[in-house]
Amino acid sequence: MAQFHATITVSLKPAVLDAQGKAVEGALHHLGFTHVSQVRVNKSITLSLEAASSEEATAELRKMCEQLLANTVIENYEIAVHA
Amino acid sequence: MKSAVVIFPGSNCDRDAYRALHHITGYQPVYLWHQDTTLPDPLDLIVLPGGFSYGDYLRSGAIAARSPIMQAIAQAAARGVVILGICNGFQILTEAGLLPGALARNDSLSFRAKLQTLEVANNNSPFTRDYTQGQSVQFHIAHGDGRYITDAETLKQLEEEERIAFRYTGNNPNGSLNNIAGIFNKTRTILGMMPHPERVIDPLLGPHCDGRALFTSLLGALG
Repeated sequence: MAQFHATITVSLKPAVLDAQGKAVEGALHHLGFTHVSQVRVNKSITLSLEAASSEEATAELRKMCEQLLANTVIENYEIAVHA
Repeated sequence: MKSAVVIFPGSNCDRDAYRALHHITGYQPVYLWHQDTTLPDPLDLIVLPGGFSYGDYLRSGAIAARSPIMQAIAQAAARGVVILGICNGFQILTEAGLLPGALARNDSLSFRAKLQTLEVANNNSPFTRDYTQGQSVQFHIAHGDGRYITDAETLKQLEEEERIAFRYTGNNPNGSLNNIAGIFNKTRTILGMMPHPERVIDPLLGPHCDGRALFTSLLGALG
């Protein structure tokens, strides 16, 4: 068994209005950063887990995302595992 | 009529729901705790009340939807026990997969707390039978994550199957698709709605008692 660290990024699906992202984009434009577009505000979840391998860790993390960490009706997730 | 109001950590509209049920139906509900794994038997109605269960952590209703009691509630739903989810309760029902779609952040990003005009889009259910079809009503809304969204196919299905229960009229406070304020499941035994019918039952508290008919409907349907 080894200790792994993971970062899960949860984001709204592209088709879903990200009202927060839009508000942030507006504020950036007001500050003069007018060439910015497609701002999305995502969620980052970090955790540690014990697993026999990186593959096993990833498989577990996928289940966690499907079951709780992301609402797959409206959100996508990305998993990054580090040793 | 045997009813129950479920309390999650952070629920705050449980007492109003209890009071509405008791005053209007004459029967006292029981309170259930989110960690209970069995439900009373017999049971006709389960209410998931409004509030901020788990502080809306992760997503509104996400953690409450994975509470121990939700397995028993899903089984009860499959048996045809009637379930009413109000506001946070609606969010919990979608997170639990008992209703389709999701409730996202209001498009304005503002928390909207106001008296809202709605229309009863379908009075063909145990929840809305005492309203007339298309009746204009006013309920309080108080939510930051009330924008109902779902994919185009499900939306079409909800419309074709006449499963929209309530629609916002006049203005849409959160940007929900098709002005949806509440929906039924396929058998119309589950209703999830963002507005609060339990807050408009008493003439002492406001100009309308438009919420009373929802509870008399349930009494008439369930005895």
